[in-house]
Amino acid sequence: MFESRQRTIIFVFALVAFVMLLRLFYMQVIDDSYKEAAANISLQRIIEYPYRGIVYDRKGKICVYNVPVYDVMVLPKEVKKGMDTTRFCSLFGITKEEFSETITAARTYSKVKPSPFIKQLSHTEFAKVQDQLIDFPGFFISPRTVRGYDHSSMGIVLGYIGEISAGRLEKYKKEGNNYYRSGDYLGISGLENYYEEQLRGKRGVKFMMVDVNGIQKGHYKDGIFDTAAVRGDNLYSTIDLELQKFGEELMKNKKGSIICMEPKTGEILAMISSPTYDPNLLRGRDFSKNYMALQKDPLKPLFNRALMAPYPPGSIFKTLQALTAMQEGVIDSNMVWPCVQDVVHCHPHPGPCNLRQSIQWSCNPYYLQVFRRIINQHKSGNTFLDTRIGYDKWREYISSFGIGQKLGIDMPSEKKGILRTVAYYDRIYGEKHWKYSNVYSLSIGQGELGLSPLHMANMACVLANRGYYYTPHFIKKIGEKGTTPAQFKVRHQTKVAAEHFESIITGMQWAVQGGTVWSQARMKTVNICGKTGTAQNPHGKDHSIFICFAPKENPTIAVATVVENSGFGGFVAAPIATLMVEKYLNDTIQRKNLYEHMLSRDYIHKDTSSNGKTGEAGKNH
Amino acid sequence: MARQEKLVKTIDIPLLGMYLALLLLGWLTIYASELDVNADIDAWDMSISSGRQLLFIGTSSVLIILIMATDYKFYDVFSYFIYAGILLVLVAVLGVGKTVAGSKSWLGVGTFGVQPSEFAKFATSLALAKYLSNPLIRLDRWPDLNRAAIIIAIPAILILLQNDTGSTLVFSAFIIPLFREGLPPWIPNLGLGIVFLFVLTLIVPQTWLLVAIGVIAVAAFFIIDKTLNNVIALAIIASVICLVVIGANYFINDVLQPHQRNRIKVLVQPGIDPLGVGWNVTQSKNAIGSGGFLGKGYLEGTQTKFDFVPEQSTDFIFCTIGEEFGFLGSLLVCGLFLGMLWRLVYLADRQKMKFSRVYGYCVAAIIFFHFTINIGMTVGLLPVIGIPLPFISYGGSSLWSFTILLFIFLKLDAHRSQMLSRDAG
Repeated sequence: MFESRQRTIIFVFALVAFVMLLRLFYMQVIDDSYKEAAANISLQRIIEYPYRGIVYDRKGKICVYNVPVYDVMVLPKEVKKGMDTTRFCSLFGITKEEFSETITAARTYSKVKPSPFIKQLSHTEFAKVQDQLIDFPGFFISPRTVRGYDHSSMGIVLGYIGEISAGRLEKYKKEGNNYYRSGDYLGISGLENYYEEQLRGKRGVKFMMVDVNGIQKGHYKDGIFDTAAVRGDNLYSTIDLELQKFGEELMKNKKGSIICMEPKTGEILAMISSPTYDPNLLRGRDFSKNYMALQKDPLKPLFNRALMAPYPPGSIFKTLQALTAMQEGVIDSNMVWPCVQDVVHCHPHPGPCNLRQSIQWSCNPYYLQVFRRIINQHKSGNTFLDTRIGYDKWREYISSFGIGQKLGIDMPSEKKGILRTVAYYDRIYGEKHWKYSNVYSLSIGQGELGLSPLHMANMACVLANRGYYYTPHFIKKIGEKGTTPAQFKVRHQTKVAAEHFESIITGMQWAVQGGTVWSQARMKTVNICGKTGTAQNPHGKDHSIFICFAPKENPTIAVATVVENSGFGGFVAAPIATLMVEKYLNDTIQRKNLYEHMLSRDYIHKDTSSNGKTGEAGKNH
Repeated sequence: MARQEKLVKTIDIPLLGMYLALLLLGWLTIYASELDVNADIDAWDMSISSGRQLLFIGTSSVLIILIMATDYKFYDVFSYFIYAGILLVLVAVLGVGKTVAGSKSWLGVGTFGVQPSEFAKFATSLALAKYLSNPLIRLDRWPDLNRAAIIIAIPAILILLQNDTGSTLVFSAFIIPLFREGLPPWIPNLGLGIVFLFVLTLIVPQTWLLVAIGVIAVAAFFIIDKTLNNVIALAIIASVICLVVIGANYFINDVLQPHQRNRIKVLVQPGIDPLGVGWNVTQSKNAIGSGGFLGKGYLEGTQTKFDFVPEQSTDFIFCTIGEEFGFLGSLLVCGLFLGMLWRLVYLADRQKMKFSRVYGYCVAAIIFFHFTINIGMTVGLLPVIGIPLPFISYGGSSLWSFTILLFIFLKLDAHRSQMLSRDAG
């Protein structure tokens, strides 16, 4: 059956082969344009790297810019066997071993694709070798830019750029992102990483015709296939470079963090994580060496404490306890409670406190009672059930301040901190087997609670704003004509109404003017409201913590400061924070003695509890 | 020993000869494609493709001996088992396969990987041949046709899920053996019609095309006898054509991934993707076109020496042949393939067993499809679909699978006199 179809099939086969041959005959024998295109001329595809965007601070100062460097590239297949390696090595100041090692590596990668041979020659070095390079076929110069800084701060904020790793390249490929090629540079941390796509711009391609001697003969087809490189967008950051530098200096020889924010916008004015590193270390030819050294440093300068380290907040947390209790209606601002130290210790302070005084003096027993009233509202006859209901309620309030979650800052590696759920306690103690006595440490900001300095700064903003915050961010706009990204313009309302803030804020004002804050840290001219915290921790001496904002009415700056293992909050973190306030508001420092004093403190290398009060003064202020 | 001697006598010498000729041409070209004048590397060094290809050729001869030593009835009897086995491996690849160049189609075996999709071709051929060898099967009946289609579709879909569009399209070649066995002609004609409309939608804007169809339909209306049946038929045909046009447009713009869309659009607008596919095709055409009538001479190519065309030793290997051997080289390659296809069809039709005949046509169809798409792509007539040129392109899986495909048929052919005719006609 169907034998005749054999002929149809043979005919189709022959027809296709004939069409192919016809086309080939036309291309190879008749049409000369291909020969012209190829006549001793081949095409080179040249990548044009775009200029990376510049980052400005809030006052228009340049935080990071670009510096041109020159990479010597090698195309292994064009390297002549008999080349004068001795001359080459002396020209570039390398040994013969280095030469053969690098060229072998390049050959292994690809014989026909260029590999970097010597990276990042400076402009003067380049001028020296430029003319002589012509004698070494297969080697050529590829200009590139690296980052440059006029200062040595902001390392952790800006982040660094580096060559893309094989792992990341593979990961991007899998995600369908085919932009990067081996050897490309990209932002690896900080703003360089978060705004990589905006900063990097768009690579351009030129198609050049090249004759057999490697000499360029102009653009292929007059450049209709060429695309120009598009430079990256500049970032207009919210950082105040001078304030940032000032803060980094203050934090020398201290472990910890300072964050300054503008409460009414959520803009970050300064973010210090200490010990930090000089961004110049990670920009040049010694990148690898310096990076390894930083990585090995036991003080972890690459670790961004401001976003990643969870601290027990200590007594600064009392502000939130008071706000929650007020909103819940379980206390009012006139509640007075005696300083009875049967469960928690306190430190000497005048008599039984009311709400304002409890903040002023940071009275522990007062907050044991406040928190108890929040947790056990007698919604259920069963104590265990009642605790669950109360805890859940309390957790809702605390969450509304952004605690226990990522706030969504525009920087990678933000951590959410610790805020436990009911389920967690059920797992630890068993369902209906835990009650207030199991969680009471939370009343004074100890126990199962972890806040990053960013969370604390955000708390300070909520207090300054009387009830709301904006997502903390580093960017005013992207590009000359850009605007603030929409997600940073959303107002986040906490669950506490504005009217409940006044008494707590007054308490904070009193704390600075005549409470737990060291008298030397006060400022006469500005009305600062603050709250100290002294957090117990398993790593040694207490962490000194302080949040504040100023001025009291219409605040323009909110600060959170953590100084690890340095003692009492009022003596270390508070003066540092008020110095930041003074620097930002007045631009100059009047309190020269205080400034010198704080500058000289060293809480890393030796124990300088020089004010002598920190050890004995008691806990949790 | 007597049996062995007989085998050598009965194996089809022309086909074997053409196979060896393509293999040799392929190896020489792979060496030329990767030649590095300044490096002291032997052609058989395992660090370059030509060295590894030698290993693949060696292992292929082992496969040939195994195929020839196996009883010829094995392929008939175990065809469904082989098919099922390959399907299982294809499913396994979806789970544990390695992704290379966007397709999750590789299984790692030591340092070498294999692409099971390559082996699905001969397995599907065996299964289809087995199914059609039943004399009661008639391809003008829907149930039988559907079953045949399912045999082809299952591996095709599994390979599509690996994101290997090129290898999936190869399965459309099975329409040729189906046609030979009695597929109603309107089905392949419809397929060609859709392809034709598809190409039209690329060249002509959709609205123009729809207007043109309308105009033709109206014109036809005045010409035909205006019986009710004719008018209804005309209306149905016109609307189906319109639907195909709209569907093709939707398919190109909304279903295809951007890189696939570019591969098709680049045929009509070569400048559309100068960084990607357009660049490859331009370079490929320059290389082939500059070869002239006699070529630049073996190892003397300039265009193909600069790594302009990626996949130079695999999918775009014909560039090197075209550049170094010129039109004579093209003539040789096309001649060898056409000769091989003709010989395959000739041998297939002299089989007494329907199983062998269908299988033979499957082999011819698959080789024909690869040849057409691959050469068509390098000369810029067809979209860039990454499938290898049989026996010539570098690659173990490809060479092994084509060797198995061809030599099972040679084995069946060698025993044709021993087979009883089961096909009435």
